[in-house]
Amino acid sequence: MIPSQEQEQWMYKNMLISRFFEEAIEKIYMEGKSPAFNMANGPIPGEMHLSNGQEPCAVGVCAHLNAEDVVTSTHRPHHVAIAKGVDLKGMAAEIFGKKTGLSGGRGGHMHIFDVDVNFSCSGIIGQSVGPAVGAALSRVMQKKSGIAVAYLGEGAANQGAFHEALNMAGVWKLPVIFIIEDNSWGISVSKRASTAIERNSDRASSYGMPGEFIPGNDPIAIFKTVGLAVERARSGLGPTLIEIETSRLAGHFMGDSEAYRPAGEKEALIKIDPIPVMKSRLADTYGWTDQDDAKLVEEAHSIVDEAIQFARDSEYPAPEEAMEKVFV
Amino acid sequence: MTQVKEKERKLTIARAMAEAIAQEMRTDEKVFVMGEDIGELGGVFGNTRGLHKEFGGERVRDTPISETAFIGAAVGAASDGMKPVVELMFVDFFGVCFDAIYNMMAKNTYFSGGNVTVPMVLMTSTGGGYSDAGQHSQCVHATFAHLPGMKVVAPSNARDAKGMMIAAIRDPNPVVFMFHKALQGMGWLGTEKDAIVHVPEDDFEVALGKAAITREGTDVTIVGITSGVHHGLKAARILEEQGVSAEVVDLRSLVPLDRDTVIQSVKKTGRLIVVDEDYHSYGMTGEIIATVVEAGVPLKAAPQRVAYPDIPIPFTRPMEQWALPSAEKIIEAFNKMKEI
Repeated sequence: MIPSQEQEQWMYKNMLISRFFEEAIEKIYMEGKSPAFNMANGPIPGEMHLSNGQEPCAVGVCAHLNAEDVVTSTHRPHHVAIAKGVDLKGMAAEIFGKKTGLSGGRGGHMHIFDVDVNFSCSGIIGQSVGPAVGAALSRVMQKKSGIAVAYLGEGAANQGAFHEALNMAGVWKLPVIFIIEDNSWGISVSKRASTAIERNSDRASSYGMPGEFIPGNDPIAIFKTVGLAVERARSGLGPTLIEIETSRLAGHFMGDSEAYRPAGEKEALIKIDPIPVMKSRLADTYGWTDQDDAKLVEEAHSIVDEAIQFARDSEYPAPEEAMEKVFV
Repeated sequence: MTQVKEKERKLTIARAMAEAIAQEMRTDEKVFVMGEDIGELGGVFGNTRGLHKEFGGERVRDTPISETAFIGAAVGAASDGMKPVVELMFVDFFGVCFDAIYNMMAKNTYFSGGNVTVPMVLMTSTGGGYSDAGQHSQCVHATFAHLPGMKVVAPSNARDAKGMMIAAIRDPNPVVFMFHKALQGMGWLGTEKDAIVHVPEDDFEVALGKAAITREGTDVTIVGITSGVHHGLKAARILEEQGVSAEVVDLRSLVPLDRDTVIQSVKKTGRLIVVDEDYHSYGMTGEIIATVVEAGVPLKAAPQRVAYPDIPIPFTRPMEQWALPSAEKIIEAFNKMKEI
């Protein structure tokens, strides 16, 4: 399964939007947090997990999905949300804690919910997996179309929830795909130090489903492999486990000194930043010019700027609204 | 008369906890530490800083993100003669591993007729106030304290943190050691300065299950734990300006609960306000009030509670700050009492 030129450009565009969004968030997050870095301060308080470098995992998968398909994501959700088509203004406003946010400010950056495109995420490691299995089960029971995709980090594959949910999906042959974003770090602990085998995709054999490993943080390779998994899921052939080798170009969260990284690791990762790699590929394959690029970059910036401005301009909710929405 | 003046040595709770664990590890080779990012990183909240360097990876073990496995393993190791100190990074994460905690750790001693001991410490961070939303900001004091078989303690300052950690490690029973993020002394979280106090260098113990009168007073008793103590002290200073003498009781321990200190204090003051960052209903605040009422203490006014409303903790700052307990809310509660 080979992406069309249009699909490749869509992937590149969403990678750009995602990266520019993260860069904007990164800058605004630091407002009010210097000279002393205190997470509670500034227009965006709390933890912030940026997805820089992991964009291929978002676009290579979501290029195959429609709004009706369900995606559950992680504490590092922005790139996936963008590729899934989550309302960017509503998401930005939620991250700022504004009334116009997707959840009126109750959820924040780790708890983005957009029912229009069936996207959700959570701050609990491994808790993307069960809900995706349930969504897939629901579609089967209701005889409704659509599949489910669960994103998780490589660290989450050591949670019981992962193994229990995969087994159940395998037993029931559900239309669900498990995407492991392997950025090789669980906060400060490396995959090597925490995982008994090299590739989590090998674990698929325990649960009666195909397991695929995709090296190189390559959106095209991801597109191809995931395309086959999506076909399998849509045609009732059951689940697939896919591990994608990707890179975390930022810290675990903003404020992370990353002292645990071996010297030179980050510099080496920046050299293979997937965004310039994708641009070169477009140039080589389709004659993508610098002018084409400048135009798309400008468009992506303006989409991001508009969303950020919307968030900045929006009002905060009244404090008392905290009492609403516990029950409906 | 000679007076030996001890040199003042102010520590954060994070450093006090690390020092306590290190001192016990030096004298007892059965003590070891497990958890996520507790090794070279020194713990996300700094309470294992320096341990990996001093004791190495065998005794200070980074684990996979597998709480069910490593807390369950701690139960097994403790039952087999070791003294594990394990960290559940955020107390909010208990959901994944609660069987290991409340059905195993807390019950094995009883089920074995006291023949099996589980001398482990489960240390875990609590509390919010810095917009980390509802899966990283809870206290859930009562959730743990409700279930029999485990001690549940939570210091409000560095001296108590050290002495209680040493007592917890030496205790033959499982101890849940909760530390509040806003008191921890990590700059990136902001810190309550009153939690940073002088800490003696020796390996002293602070008894688990003994409350402290943090400030003496005669007109109203304010009972709290961790952040609630500091809100209580601030409120007491404001009340003093209004001519009201407030006594502040730091429970320090939810299990065992020092009911007697609370009862004696309220007998003196006749008024009671209980402060808790845990949820309002079915919680510590209700337990303390029931304790005083059951004891038949004569009251000059109906007791009040200042607790977290029964809502998931919201992310956005206006909502979260509005919902948190505060000195102002304690003053409001006091003023409300006077009207009755």
